[in-house]
Amino acid sequence: MSPRKPREVRLSTTPSAEAIADLRLGDVVYLDGLMYTAREGVYMRALEDQANIPMELPSQSAANFHCSPAARINPDGSFDMGAVTATASFRFAKWLPEWMAKTGAKLIVGKGGMTSRDYKEYFVPNGAVYLSTVGYGTGALLGRGVEAVEAVHWNEELGLAQAMWVIRCNRMGPFIVASDLNGDCLFERENAKIAENVARVYEGTKPAVLKRYGESDDRTDEVI
Amino acid sequence: MIPINLIQSTAETLMNKAAIEIPEDYLTGLKQAAETEDGDLSSFVLQAMLENYEAAKEDRRAMCGDTGVPRWFVKLGNEAQVEGGMIALEAALRRATASATNGVPLRPNRVHPLWRTDHDNNVGIGAPEIEYGFEPDGAWIDLITVHKGGLFGTDYRMLFPSDGIQGIKRFYLDSLMAFGKRGLACQPAIIGIGLGGSKDICMTLGKRASVLRTVGSRNSDPRIAEMEDEFKELGNSIGMGAMGFVGKNMVIDCNIEVGYCHTGGMPMSVHAFCLSSRRAVARIHADGRVEHRTDPDWFTDYQRRETVEWEPQQEAAE
Repeated sequence: MSPRKPREVRLSTTPSAEAIADLRLGDVVYLDGLMYTAREGVYMRALEDQANIPMELPSQSAANFHCSPAARINPDGSFDMGAVTATASFRFAKWLPEWMAKTGAKLIVGKGGMTSRDYKEYFVPNGAVYLSTVGYGTGALLGRGVEAVEAVHWNEELGLAQAMWVIRCNRMGPFIVASDLNGDCLFERENAKIAENVARVYEGTKPAVLKRYGESDDRTDEVI
Repeated sequence: MIPINLIQSTAETLMNKAAIEIPEDYLTGLKQAAETEDGDLSSFVLQAMLENYEAAKEDRRAMCGDTGVPRWFVKLGNEAQVEGGMIALEAALRRATASATNGVPLRPNRVHPLWRTDHDNNVGIGAPEIEYGFEPDGAWIDLITVHKGGLFGTDYRMLFPSDGIQGIKRFYLDSLMAFGKRGLACQPAIIGIGLGGSKDICMTLGKRASVLRTVGSRNSDPRIAEMEDEFKELGNSIGMGAMGFVGKNMVIDCNIEVGYCHTGGMPMSVHAFCLSSRRAVARIHADGRVEHRTDPDWFTDYQRRETVEWEPQQEAAE
């Protein structure tokens, strides 16, 4: 059986509520408009140190990319961005409720994503969804979708990898819709299907003679 | 005498190639995976990856935005001589790492573990790692750079002889399950397994099995080679594919390397090289010739030797 192609959608980084409501798990999304990177450095500076966020959010952008680009700042102050790839998002979950409330972010873009509990608890009430990068590592394709690097903020304070990069997207993608406005999680749906086969794969193997603290023997669990 | 400038310029070229050009053996493996994949989302992901490799080469931009942590494996023929000695060699590799980080550009991933200091050039304490190997004949030097990415997909466990092959299989599956969900291991990947050694060497063996051996290579011990085939198939029978979506391609190949260990134990490590499998190799000859390739050819008979003395003539006659 040959695989089915997913549906493709073009989406603004300041999307309407209707556009977000229309997204279905597994849709492939291409983005247009401004998107900013923010990860632990930016969250700590904006939320814990209460520094002023150097952008108008969400009017300029409602899209937060969990990413550090492969990029450089040239001696003349201009920027070069090569490849762009997301970093694992679940590590940032503790800052996201406050970040969304403060900035009105509607699209959280990254790798891995959060659990359906997170989605139902603070994504859905904020009208937000999670988009996953593809691969992970379609960095060159995503790099092609960067029309311009508009600014880099807090580079002095946080370094290139943690700085807040502002990029102008032109059909930037592909991304995959990994949560919807029902708070359902694409990866959990897939895990449930895979779990049906786990017992068969493990048949004949045996637990290690020496156990470790906190060990779960349930392979349908996620350890994140 | 190999000129130090040639070492640095070759090293810079290697940094560039590793970040941008997918090695042919892995590309072939991934294309085969893409042909067999029937999961809707997994299949889409593999096609996107194949397009991504093309885009990277066309645009001369890094394949992945996380350009990994650059490191070096240096192998020297026994008669190799480097201008300025090994201190000059290390300086040249550190310079090449820094200049390529700014030049390609690469992501300056390397920071101090506590103070998070970032020199924006991938150089710092212990970074890039430089590891050495030697071969009995030759006046050449092999420079190998690997930019392994990711914080996931690697694990270690002290197993014991009584755990047996079934225990090894279980820990292998555990690692794939734990890191494969949501695709944290950036699969389908080359999976390396280290068996034996002390804890640190066990990790090193597994790491080298994943990054210094190519897709399709097999361990010279025929029984281990059989295990490699079996483990590849086992990993691909989980029902998990790219990004943790339903699919049948998790392992592009499985490479196993062993080292003698304490009689009471059977330590094991698992490593996943990622979808960008960044490695590049060049041999620099004493006369200044430079030959580029993507197979590190690290695990020679000499590297896997078991005896006290190395007697190549005798080995060849066997």
